Amino acid sequence: MSADAALLADVLARATARGATAADGFLIEEQSFSASVRLGQVDTVTHSREQRLALRVFAGRASAAASTSDLSRESLERVVDEATALARVTAEDPHAGLPDAAELIEHVPDLQLEDHEGPEPTPEDKIELARRAEAAALAADPRITNSEGAEYFDRRAHYAYATSHGFARGYSTSSFGLTVSPVAAKDGEMQRDVWYSYARRRRALEDAESIGRTAATRALRRLGARKVKTAEVPVIFDPDTAASLLRSIAGAASGPSLYRRASFLLERLGTRIAAPSVTIVDDGLLPGALGSRPFDGEGLATRRTVLVGEGKLESYLLDSYSARKLGLASTHHASRDGAGVSVGTTNLMLRPGTTSPQDLIGSVKSGFYVTELIGFGVNGVTGDYSRGAAGMWIEDGRLAFPVEEVTVAGNLLEMFDRIEGIGNDLVLRDRVAAPTLKIARMVVAGD
Amino acid sequence: MTENIARMPPERFFSERFDVTPSLMERLLGSNLAGRVDDADIYLEYRVNEELVLEENVVKKASRHVSQGAGVRAQSGARTGYAHTDDLALKNLEEAARQARAIADRSGGSGVVAVAGRGRPHDLYTLAEPPIVTELARKLDLLRRIDAACRAADPRVRQVIVSLTSEEVVMLIATASGWTVGDVRPLTRLNITAIAEDGGRREIGGFGGGGRVPFDFYLEADRWKRFATEAARQATLKLSAIDAPAGTMTVVLGPGWPGILLHEAIGHGLEGDFNRKGVSAFAGRLGQKVASELVTVVDDGTIANRRGSLNVDDEGTPTGRNVLIENGILRGYMQDRLNARLMGQAPTGNGRRESYAHPPMPRMTNTFMLAGQDDPREILKAVSRGLYAVNFGGGQVDITSGKFVFSASEAYLIEDGEITKPVKGATLIGNGPDALTRVSRVGHDLALDEGVGTCGKDGQSVPVGVGLPTIRLDGMTVGGTAV
Repeated sequence: MSADAALLADVLARATARGATAADGFLIEEQSFSASVRLGQVDTVTHSREQRLALRVFAGRASAAASTSDLSRESLERVVDEATALARVTAEDPHAGLPDAAELIEHVPDLQLEDHEGPEPTPEDKIELARRAEAAALAADPRITNSEGAEYFDRRAHYAYATSHGFARGYSTSSFGLTVSPVAAKDGEMQRDVWYSYARRRRALEDAESIGRTAATRALRRLGARKVKTAEVPVIFDPDTAASLLRSIAGAASGPSLYRRASFLLERLGTRIAAPSVTIVDDGLLPGALGSRPFDGEGLATRRTVLVGEGKLESYLLDSYSARKLGLASTHHASRDGAGVSVGTTNLMLRPGTTSPQDLIGSVKSGFYVTELIGFGVNGVTGDYSRGAAGMWIEDGRLAFPVEEVTVAGNLLEMFDRIEGIGNDLVLRDRVAAPTLKIARMVVAGD
Repeated sequence: MTENIARMPPERFFSERFDVTPSLMERLLGSNLAGRVDDADIYLEYRVNEELVLEENVVKKASRHVSQGAGVRAQSGARTGYAHTDDLALKNLEEAARQARAIADRSGGSGVVAVAGRGRPHDLYTLAEPPIVTELARKLDLLRRIDAACRAADPRVRQVIVSLTSEEVVMLIATASGWTVGDVRPLTRLNITAIAEDGGRREIGGFGGGGRVPFDFYLEADRWKRFATEAARQATLKLSAIDAPAGTMTVVLGPGWPGILLHEAIGHGLEGDFNRKGVSAFAGRLGQKVASELVTVVDDGTIANRRGSLNVDDEGTPTGRNVLIENGILRGYMQDRLNARLMGQAPTGNGRRESYAHPPMPRMTNTFMLAGQDDPREILKAVSRGLYAVNFGGGQVDITSGKFVFSASEAYLIEDGEITKPVKGATLIGNGPDALTRVSRVGHDLALDEGVGTCGKDGQSVPVGVGLPTIRLDGMTVGGTAV
């Protein structure tokens, strides 16, 4: 038995001895490194080593959660005792409990989530990657006059999960990232933008110079940005901003939002919620992908789930508790945080179309191409949507001039219904990804 | 079941519990860090957090979290080496110190640092009974009463979620300058979410409050009942709200929480790091006019029991009352030690971090505008058409371009000087350096928020406060859907 499994077994045994009828524990151990460089000089270098145990105990149908970063024997005993005591004061809940032992994953697949290609570069080599990315951005154009810096990070983690019915499995992951944030300036105006690459394997990171140049191009195209007149026009979301729309859909489709009746997708399962061209899939089994995991936070095997199939809401995203509440089966989307179990997506993607982003832009006579969204104006209960935006104005099918200090507003259900163009440019750059999306019309508020 | 960690001074707490004594910290700072760097410190933290959640009429979720760790930092010029560990064993602390030093100048000899205790400059939140130690039965009982009160406030309320968090943080910092200072920080927050339904329409509303206060804070003057009623009102009000207007108009902000405008529009832009790097829209503008002469804005970390207050910041610097804008003129930035040193200014007590796992940065504490002369009713009466916004969700700013947004959760149309229909989904957007030049009236009704604010920057969250009197802003852009 590995040290992790032994530690978890001890903790669960103590919980049972203290009167818990069932318990599970999730242990995360991670090591990370990051280095930021600004204007060619090292800015901040951080090293860390962390571990955390998240414990859930059941006293019959009542439950409580606890977590600790102190894995000493005394601390663990105290955490178990406190959690079992807490479970006694919470109310009985007929839907509480672990998944059936028979449903738990037997064989943990190798999803190639860990980089084994050695040797480990030195900190100096890692700093050099950030330096090269920033240097490429600074060299791209004389108007790139400043920088918020470039950052390299890597992280290695091990996850172990065990239950009081004897289940114990684990897996390891690695992740790497490089981001650059240059500042472009002209005539007293400053604009910042960012570009990045994340990957499970170091060698899968995009070339540092290419990341730097893309970041510079993004900052430069914002120079000279202005407000536009308030109008209802076609709006095109670039892949990164389109991905944020998917996150809102996933939030509304998640079990806890639904059983609390706090979702605009309530009672919509099986009905059409988007244009027929829209298919959204959550696939946790993609080898080497950032959001992949062999099993969820309750030990259930990860799957590929069609959330929206040709416009129809085909599945919710559920852990075992919210599934029981809704009279459904878990979709194996439990995600573990310190406070217990929540719901989280894996690799969430909107299926690409066949039109190039250029042709989507070319189809608009007068409209708005969104490249950045800020603020929190998304109402998950009604779907009402109003966020600050920046991007480019489209005139006669071409990107004409940069726009800022405007909002785009609508309702998410209407927006997804009005998707009339889907780009062919899906790239899984992060855990959530979308191609360019064209929405027939939204209100852009400005002057 | 709870040990009362608040009863012990931080120095004794870390030395008894983890064997991290002043002499050990002296040795780590001396042999590993001093002499070769411009600044160095060791930050120790122990945090206990408890959360109780009631939903569907019963308390179903109870959780308790303990975290502890040390962050070791060494700085040389503008370079920072930071290492943290959640295992306070000696070998880990030594390794962290070695890693932090690795980026500092490799030449130079070692030094010995004598670490002396330094008293806390303020005593803003010593509580007879910190919220973390209050017995569970009293907390559970309050949650049930809030649930009942919120449902009773309006029959259209169908779902109520009440959460109560209580926290206690013990911190201790030892610096290479040769002093240590510790703090014990209680914090609690009550949050009530109501979901209302009427016909086919469903809406969500919320209210809450808290601070560095005891549990009894919620019972004073039936504060809990006011919060519960207010959450119900926020949700049901929206059931009849009309679409927000879109375009440019006069906006009147109510007192208190709408102070989030200051936080987004100017606060972040006045943090020292962005200005030292020259990436803030406010960089190089000290002494210049950046707001209407009616506007004076301060950041004050020394207000007793407030959510954003601290006795010392997370670098051990005493917090203060810092004037950011005085009668429209930019007077000062908010600084941590690194950025103050590099800009040739004094630290202002704004060096904060989410936890031991994060290096400090300049952050706000409680940021508010001082009261003016106007009667709030007169301010409204003088508006022929506009938007009156009294409660907000969140906000965000792009420091470099200065553009900010914040989302109104409670707002009304103003028509001929009267508050009329509630509107939903209004987002306000503006440009930081000119937003406050649009302030044309300032009320005499300054209020601080109820104690719910959390600010995020570079992935680090810290509790903050805001405040505002009623103000009128001319020509703000409102992002609604009604063209």
